[in-house]
Amino acid sequence: MPKWFMPLAVVTAVMFAASPFFIANADYESTMGLVQKIFYYHLPSAWIFLVSAIVCGIASARFLFGGSPRQDRLAYAAAELTVLFGAIVLVTGPLWARKAWGVWWQWDVRLTSSLMGWMVAWAYLLIRKYGGPGSDKLAAGLALFGMANVPFVYVSVNYWRTIHPATTVVPTLPVDMGLALWFSVACFLLLFVLLLRMRVRLEEQRARLDTLYLSLDEQ
Amino acid sequence: MRKLVISSLTRAVIVAVIVIFSLPIAMTAQQPTEPKQQEEFVPISQLPAQDQLPAAPLLVTAYAFVWVALFGYVVSVARRLSQVQREIERLDADIKRGTSS
Repeated sequence: MPKWFMPLAVVTAVMFAASPFFIANADYESTMGLVQKIFYYHLPSAWIFLVSAIVCGIASARFLFGGSPRQDRLAYAAAELTVLFGAIVLVTGPLWARKAWGVWWQWDVRLTSSLMGWMVAWAYLLIRKYGGPGSDKLAAGLALFGMANVPFVYVSVNYWRTIHPATTVVPTLPVDMGLALWFSVACFLLLFVLLLRMRVRLEEQRARLDTLYLSLDEQ
Repeated sequence: MRKLVISSLTRAVIVAVIVIFSLPIAMTAQQPTEPKQQEEFVPISQLPAQDQLPAAPLLVTAYAFVWVALFGYVVSVARRLSQVQREIERLDADIKRGTSS
């Protein structure tokens, strides 16, 4: 692991431990009350979910057109993180919606497109695991569709009629709510960098293992 | 003396009449009132406080899920990494033994 990994891991752990204090000190939202505080972990994980899908898509495109195995490893790692952060979004969202909207789920554009993006990431992982030879290229093609879905997910709340809050909520946040949100965003971003590095390292080690097995067969 | 007897008799009669007539009223007041049959539903825009879904369990579940999912993933990657690392070391040793013999 690189030298920056452990200090960054310690900083991230401390920041995550401190985040509940910022969240507890933020004001309650006038119509939703206590349950709105789910927002401080829900939104950062949603952003990381989208960022991760973009990283997976770009790395897949570079692998498809450049053939670099390094990019393929990055794409694989990012796809797994897309599934992880997508799961967090799709679990915390309904818990918030149950109280705020009175339902667990609504088939509106934001929720449905997020679910689609999550399922594309799952499909990527399943193809890589069970697809056999050539599955890396097939999965890379799928990742491009996953990336194309990202802008659609983001702008959907502004163009279609939905009960999901619009993107204008974030720039209009009061100071203490904004502080809690941006602190959580920093936590999730640092965690994403660390997890991505760890996961890429795992793929590097697996590639090394494959090379060793090949050299053992040649002996 | 006679006057006194009459007046006390009158007073007793008056008290008896009051008690007899007020008894049904008192008994009715003590009985629990039966719920009235509803003939229409009256809509309200907000639920009464005692019927509202509590937010705290949902909030705690959401945060607990995030922490458990992230921690679980870190443990899973660390385990997979150490497993691959052990296998690499074992293979390295096998290859070295193969080249030396």
